[in-house]
Amino acid sequence: MRTHARPWWQRALLTREMLTILILVVAWVVASAAVQGFDGPLTITYLVLDVAPVLLIALPMTLIIATGEIDLSVASVVGLSSVTFGLLHQAGLGLWVALPVSVLLGAVCGAVNGALVAYAGLPSLAVTIGSLALYRGLAVGLLGTTAVTDFPESWTDGATENLGESPYPVITLGLVALIAVFAVLLHATPFGRNVLDIGRSSEAARFSGVDVKRTLLILFVLSGAVSALAGVYYTLRYGSARGDNATGMELQVVAAVLLGGVSIFGGRGAIHGVVAGVLLIGVLSSALRLEGVTVNVINIVIGTALVVSVVAPRIAGGVRVRRRGAVGQRT
Amino acid sequence: MPNAAPTLRLDGVAKSFGPVAALRSGTLTVHPGSIHALVGENGAGKSTLVKIVGGVHRRDAGVVELDGEPVDFTGPAEAKAAGVAVIHQEPASFPDLTVAENIYLGREPLGRFRRIDRRAMREGVRDLFRDLGVDLDPDRPAEGLSIADQQIVEIAKAISLDARLLVMDEPTAALSAVEVRRLFAVARGLRDAGRAVVFISHRLDEVADLCDTVTVMRDGEHVSTDAVADVTPDELVRRMVGRAVADLYPKVPSTPGEVVLQVEGLESTGTFHDVSFEVRAGEIVGLAGLVGAGRSEIARAVFGVDQYAAGRVVVGGKDLRPGDPAAAIAAGLALVPEDRRLQGLVTESSVARNVSAVARRRLARLGILLPDAEARLARDWSGRLEVKAGALDATATTMSGGNQQKVVLAKWLATGPKVLIVDEPTRGIDVGTKAEVHRLLSTLAAEGLAVLMISSELPEVLGMADRVLVVREGRIVAELSRAQATPERVMRAATPGASETTAETEGAA
Repeated sequence: MRTHARPWWQRALLTREMLTILILVVAWVVASAAVQGFDGPLTITYLVLDVAPVLLIALPMTLIIATGEIDLSVASVVGLSSVTFGLLHQAGLGLWVALPVSVLLGAVCGAVNGALVAYAGLPSLAVTIGSLALYRGLAVGLLGTTAVTDFPESWTDGATENLGESPYPVITLGLVALIAVFAVLLHATPFGRNVLDIGRSSEAARFSGVDVKRTLLILFVLSGAVSALAGVYYTLRYGSARGDNATGMELQVVAAVLLGGVSIFGGRGAIHGVVAGVLLIGVLSSALRLEGVTVNVINIVIGTALVVSVVAPRIAGGVRVRRRGAVGQRT
Repeated sequence: MPNAAPTLRLDGVAKSFGPVAALRSGTLTVHPGSIHALVGENGAGKSTLVKIVGGVHRRDAGVVELDGEPVDFTGPAEAKAAGVAVIHQEPASFPDLTVAENIYLGREPLGRFRRIDRRAMREGVRDLFRDLGVDLDPDRPAEGLSIADQQIVEIAKAISLDARLLVMDEPTAALSAVEVRRLFAVARGLRDAGRAVVFISHRLDEVADLCDTVTVMRDGEHVSTDAVADVTPDELVRRMVGRAVADLYPKVPSTPGEVVLQVEGLESTGTFHDVSFEVRAGEIVGLAGLVGAGRSEIARAVFGVDQYAAGRVVVGGKDLRPGDPAAAIAAGLALVPEDRRLQGLVTESSVARNVSAVARRRLARLGILLPDAEARLARDWSGRLEVKAGALDATATTMSGGNQQKVVLAKWLATGPKVLIVDEPTRGIDVGTKAEVHRLLSTLAAEGLAVLMISSELPEVLGMADRVLVVREGRIVAELSRAQATPERVMRAATPGASETTAETEGAA
């Protein structure tokens, strides 16, 4: 039996992910040509710095959505971790202690979500809307309307400085490494296969010996920990630990993941598509901002892109079915 | 009434889906007051033919006539209005509505002020059920109705719509013996009332029992139509497969070895009680009983997808952790579950992914899964089991039931199990593949695999098993050797109310 029904180049090119990558390239070319100042070296630097938190959180989110679940509490975990990091610093602990403690706290937040979803069997949408409010409330409650800002310059500079003379920030290395880790995890390990199987049929996965509950718990813990890491980065990048940091970011993350071709119904998705989805949103935002377009309009553009990306496959599928029906009716 | 105009006449009906001809030449004549069997392997074109009659598909060519009038349905609603009713294997009803509301859905009788006249509805349904000779409460919600009862509701609905032609598509596949008997009584009543019934089934004993005429289809074409009395089941099978099936149950004798699976005092409140048995290497143990007796539940608990309240499961001398399928798999257990499409396979996934779904844990090197390792395993096992698919990355959705079952078997055999539990291994599978599955199970047992086989088809249990355990209402009530196991003895032990089980219960405790 043949291994593949289609030749390799068709399998590589005719995918949902390639469509996002193509749109990203087109957006980049158009922005470079039409938007004044887009093709400067600073654009790349700021693009990477700006998309970093969304990109980080989108990685575990890809796996969670691929199982058919969702985690909407991520931006609140960013806020809570930011506040924790700031308060630990204020209390005189070294940042090398504050960083792992903050990440650990994020993992605990994720474990609470995961336990409620996997072991109590509650819908993740409801659970994480609840914890979205809960973690944000804790974050704002801990620090009130004040902010911690006196972080050492060696740390805040580290978050934003470039690699030598290149336009790429140092954090690019960390981002690439994490992207690689999640790509391998999803696409080249039994664990990743299980994640997709759960999204397609959690019942069949269970009958194949997959521990569905444990898998979900692990994913939510990962999501919490990575969100907390993003929270520390966010704090250092803007030099400010605040309870309302990254409010509403969960929507950008989900939008990027869905734009990247991950099915909201679970069972389908690829890391390279999601990376392209994150960059696409980043390019659109920075190009529009350079054009002097307001944030509201940017949100309208991104929102429309999201709705189209979710609806388009449905419409395409419907057209295909109808066309097949039409062929059958030719008598 | 063989001389009256036929209720349904199809001649040379063809239908293709893209390049695939699902039906080349569908020919079928059904007379009023007759039960007409339609038999053939999966892929013979029966379902396509039914869908054309039911208005789901439009034909590409050929003639379809109802009561002598040519018809061309553009949708199921038109077919329904013309008096055609298709009763599906697992009918879809609205669980929150009552039985009566389901039957009158969309055409409720109205009383004063256009309010729904519930009393008229209830009376109408009572009358329908009385005519059918069944006892169902019109006011109970449809939720929780057995499949058999849902079919009765569908039939009642069809009669209330005054259907002239009822097509039953494999209605008995999921029914117990008692339910089958009731369905047959209903079908005979319809026949005697002058309606035409088309009955599709894989079970030839049912065809002989119920139908008067039988049409055989093969590869999308009409093969033969005969009076049931004029043709033997063996001859039907030969026509269905186009060749002689040497033996549907090719049991290879084997000598049982040591005990591999031992179950002691397994207990699950309300489901099964004090279940103890053992399976030896090289032995096929049949688990017989009526649908709903708790056989699948026992298998699921042994495998660990369900919890149990008390008792223990021992594989190869070691106790299994309850409720942990991964531990069961590691100990050498494999379960080919009852519901292939929901539990056995991830139907959206490719053949390769499905075959390697369990064994892939062992394929990983340093935690990394190399794609060719997966493909090699899948090619190897789907080759050994002769899975027919376009390519290894074809999704399982498009495959026939028989091929899907081979994929499930390949997936478990790839794990190198010591104990294979198969739950209804050949349900809804065509005759040719059925014989292949039986030969495979027999060969595996001869090679030393311990096989526990659950089956509702008595000939399958009796033909394949070295030993038969009969489950009734959650308890093992009889253990019969291959020589002792006759259809009468098994059925007597399996049926609640039938006594005389004392002589056969030794060894079951």
